[in-house]
Amino acid sequence: MRNLFQTFKKYQYLLYQLVKKDIKLKYRSSYLGVLWTLLEPLLTMMVLTVVFSSLLGKGTRDFPVYILTGRLLYSFFSGSTKTALKSVRSNAGMIKKVYVPKYMYPCAGVISGYVMFLISLIVLFLVAAVRGVRPTWHLFEAIFPLAIVFVMTLGVGLILSTIAVFFRDMEYLWGVALMLLMYACAIFYRVEDVVSASNRWIFLLNPLYAVIENFRNAVFGLPMNITAQLYSLVFSVVAFAAGVFIFYKNQDKFILHL
Amino acid sequence: MPNTVLTVENVSVKYRLTEQKVDDLKDYLIKLLKRELRYKEFLALKNVSFSLEKGDRLAILGLNGAGKSTLLKVIAGVLKASEGKVEKHGTVVPLLELGAGFDVQYTGSENIYFYGAMLGYSKSFLEEKYDEIVAFAELGEFINVPVKNYSSGMRARLGFSIATIVEPDILILDEVLSVGDAKFRKKSEQKIMEMFEKGITVLFVSHNEAQVKSLCSKAILLDHGKLIARGTVDEVLPVYKEMTK
Repeated sequence: MRNLFQTFKKYQYLLYQLVKKDIKLKYRSSYLGVLWTLLEPLLTMMVLTVVFSSLLGKGTRDFPVYILTGRLLYSFFSGSTKTALKSVRSNAGMIKKVYVPKYMYPCAGVISGYVMFLISLIVLFLVAAVRGVRPTWHLFEAIFPLAIVFVMTLGVGLILSTIAVFFRDMEYLWGVALMLLMYACAIFYRVEDVVSASNRWIFLLNPLYAVIENFRNAVFGLPMNITAQLYSLVFSVVAFAAGVFIFYKNQDKFILHL
Repeated sequence: MPNTVLTVENVSVKYRLTEQKVDDLKDYLIKLLKRELRYKEFLALKNVSFSLEKGDRLAILGLNGAGKSTLLKVIAGVLKASEGKVEKHGTVVPLLELGAGFDVQYTGSENIYFYGAMLGYSKSFLEEKYDEIVAFAELGEFINVPVKNYSSGMRARLGFSIATIVEPDILILDEVLSVGDAKFRKKSEQKIMEMFEKGITVLFVSHNEAQVKSLCSKAILLDHGKLIARGTVDEVLPVYKEMTK
């Protein structure tokens, strides 16, 4: 355990470098560069708003804020788990030649995704201000869903990166699973429009939706849903523990399959 | 007082090769049910043991496929031994494939920090040594050009300069003494000789007998993963020559 801590300390600069590289290289050859972190969610939000409020006629003034809260969290989760899934294989060249604690690769993928996600929250605050969603003291409670989603993504990412080494089809399966998850996250519709109030719990079985709901509550100044909070917390801690365990148990075999 | 810096104890490395080609999941399941799924076990290293003391310079000899590179990978920590263990004392610098950890989109100067971090160096250390690395690599203005535009010689030079910036206790050389042009080769050889004089431990893989004779004090000979001879260079080289006949 102490050993583990020492290796982490020795390689923490590498983790920083990997995260930096992800962010730096992502937009390196584009003209707008890191501005895309803000523009991309803003533009997709506009598209979704036009499609779902104008065409289906369900728009309220704060609907764009509703969409953004869901979409930002979902795209952090989907983007980072995808990166983590591929991380061990895409760094195969280095893994074969230089010894580095291998968990660095999926962790760096998730952390860089999280940094960009946090930056993109600026868009949310701008849109909320424009659309007249006033912050209340409930906004401070946003820290819980934001922390929980990070742990959850890291855990799921570690599990996926391990599976993908041995089972390449995982990449495609996960793509399909993510699409299903997107529809189950109530990003561009309201849960009340789909199921009756007594059936709401079906949505809350989805741990990612539980996180989104509590993030929305914080942004819109509603009290948190404590059951959903605890449920997503337990889920993410279990996913994280499972991820660490599975990754740790299999990491020495990676090199034989790369 | 001689002290042991590297102990390799009964190390075996097992690879699993599938005998028949399994194309997809259906094939896999059918073969699994029929119990036809057999793996051929391939031992790249069989029970290899040796130890080195401070200042020893060991040549690892053997024909292609004898397990030399596998042994180096195990010592470098990239590959984990299936059985046995390796004990190291001090920092190990592997000069395996120079510049293998580079990111080609990064410039030379960004790669100094990136590759340096990969080798486990700290930020302050790299900042302190930055000028020295740049000067030794002789890249001039190319230091701010993405590595994808480098020639292979330039990459190797930069890789060599970063990796040798620390004074290792154990240096692993895999036929890398032929880096770049004649001028840089001389310079890199000189740097390695300087390290030798400071009494570091060296593991050296080469097919060049003259180099082995001039650089190494001890030698081991591997054949199909087994250690078949061990001793001084003068004792082992004749056995190796016999094998190559």
